[in-house]
Amino acid sequence: MKGSHRTALLFLLPSFIFVAVFSLFPILESFRLSFYRLILTLPWLGQKMVGWQNYVDLAEDPVAMESLVTTLIFVGVTIPLELLLGLGIALVLNDVFHGRGLLRAVVLIPWAIPTVVSSQMWRFIFNDRYGLINFIFFGGDVSRYLAPLADPHLALVAIMAAEIWKTTPFAALILLAGLQGIPDDLYEAASIDGATAWQKFRHVTVPLIRPALLLALLFRTIDSLRVFDLVFVTTQGGPADKTNVLQFYGYKKTFAEGMVGYGSAIAVAVFSMSLVFSLAYLHFLKSSRQEGMAK
Amino acid sequence: MKRSVALALLSIGIALYCLVPFLWFVLTSLKSAAELTAIPPILIPSFHLGFYQSALEKYGLLHYIVNSVIVAGTATLITIVIGSLAAYAMTRFYLGWTNIYLLILLAISMFPQIATAGPVWSILDRLNWLNTYQGLVAAYIALTLPLAIWILTTFFREVPREIEEAALIDGCSRFQSLYKVILPLAAPGILTAALLVFIYAWNEFFFALIIMTDPSVQTLPVGIALFPGEYTMPWGEIAAASTLATIPLIVLTLIFQRGIVRGLCAGAVKG
Repeated sequence: MKGSHRTALLFLLPSFIFVAVFSLFPILESFRLSFYRLILTLPWLGQKMVGWQNYVDLAEDPVAMESLVTTLIFVGVTIPLELLLGLGIALVLNDVFHGRGLLRAVVLIPWAIPTVVSSQMWRFIFNDRYGLINFIFFGGDVSRYLAPLADPHLALVAIMAAEIWKTTPFAALILLAGLQGIPDDLYEAASIDGATAWQKFRHVTVPLIRPALLLALLFRTIDSLRVFDLVFVTTQGGPADKTNVLQFYGYKKTFAEGMVGYGSAIAVAVFSMSLVFSLAYLHFLKSSRQEGMAK
Repeated sequence: MKRSVALALLSIGIALYCLVPFLWFVLTSLKSAAELTAIPPILIPSFHLGFYQSALEKYGLLHYIVNSVIVAGTATLITIVIGSLAAYAMTRFYLGWTNIYLLILLAISMFPQIATAGPVWSILDRLNWLNTYQGLVAAYIALTLPLAIWILTTFFREVPREIEEAALIDGCSRFQSLYKVILPLAAPGILTAALLVFIYAWNEFFFALIIMTDPSVQTLPVGIALFPGEYTMPWGEIAAASTLATIPLIVLTLIFQRGIVRGLCAGAVKG
């Protein structure tokens, strides 16, 4: 049996190497660097241990704090709307008989489009001269046309709309899988008892879709906390830092300004936030699996 | 009766929601320069291919497409080979810690890119692999392995053990039994995993942006995101490049939608 164990390790080795070199080592290295002052544009300063200084600076950096608030607003607004819209789409997909396969394929399209492409697409739709949105709201009256992505009050709303459009289908598909797991006899039993459509939804669908809903919530939250492509393409964090989400700020500090130590502190902060949700997700998977075994 | 009409209307609404924004961009790519700037906007374009020609000739679009095909294709191939080996070991040997490895992989797939990007950049810099295909491919293999291994283990588990045991008794080595018995039987699963990895690598932007700073090796998402515009944005060309970058994905998605949905759910739901 020992020899076969060695074979197994041999089969696993290539994956270990990639995971260790390009995922595990880098995350540890980011933690380490967050305690150093390292600025690529000022190489003569060297790499100096500064303890918690980067984190102290981060807490006192008004741009970082605004960035945190922006990220939380982005996640807090888009996720509930995505789940609500996604549930609506899933309910329709679950009920449709004719052309269900076709409709499901169509729903996959926003998911399949590269984020960079959908971001350019929305940037064009929001364009201040030829944008469809302006034409829909103001017709041919060019003098009233707005530039939503350049307007401090509208930019965040505009990119949230683009995000919701792109990611709702994924939520819908997870929720559809949840809906399809609800046994038909439960609905039949409810019908025999004289339940209305609303009562069936309220007392059969809602309680039984909860696990899928929680799963979609956690999965989407983790993904939404790391929003980057959309902001990079549409606003570059502007106007006036109004869409400067955390991952974009971390990118800017590390790669545009070369502030590796400070950027690492931002990276660790983003990582820690998403870790909370990841642990909740793993815990949820484990407990739902145990429940499945108990049945 | 009323119910089916309502469902039909809702279905049409959903289809319009999903299709109209992108269709608008596709139509934009087929306009002439004069049609592009017309107010009110022209709904049906003259199916002019000028923007495609200019995107290919003036902006070197073909180059970005070739780079994307090379990077996403190679990354998919290597990820699936490495992932199959790992998934095979995890489903066919009685290892105590497979679930722990699967959980570590899942946790890794949830890392925000910025958490690893700086050190990954430094490693590639030391290897002299920045601005090379192998540099981005290596990063993509690491990024997509968790997804691939999760999907592949789900599918490999479904191949009955007895079939493989018969092969082993007949004198097949472990490696032979993997590629002669498991791979053919789990082919749909491998195809699904390959598709999802390919789509991921084709669409990935963050690492492509930081690793490929030289335009001659940049992939399509980087090219589309950094489309040069001096005074006005070349929207027609951007729309043309976007359409060309997306059509292959939509075709793949429509053909393999059943498998993709199943793969997405295997990655997210089943656990």
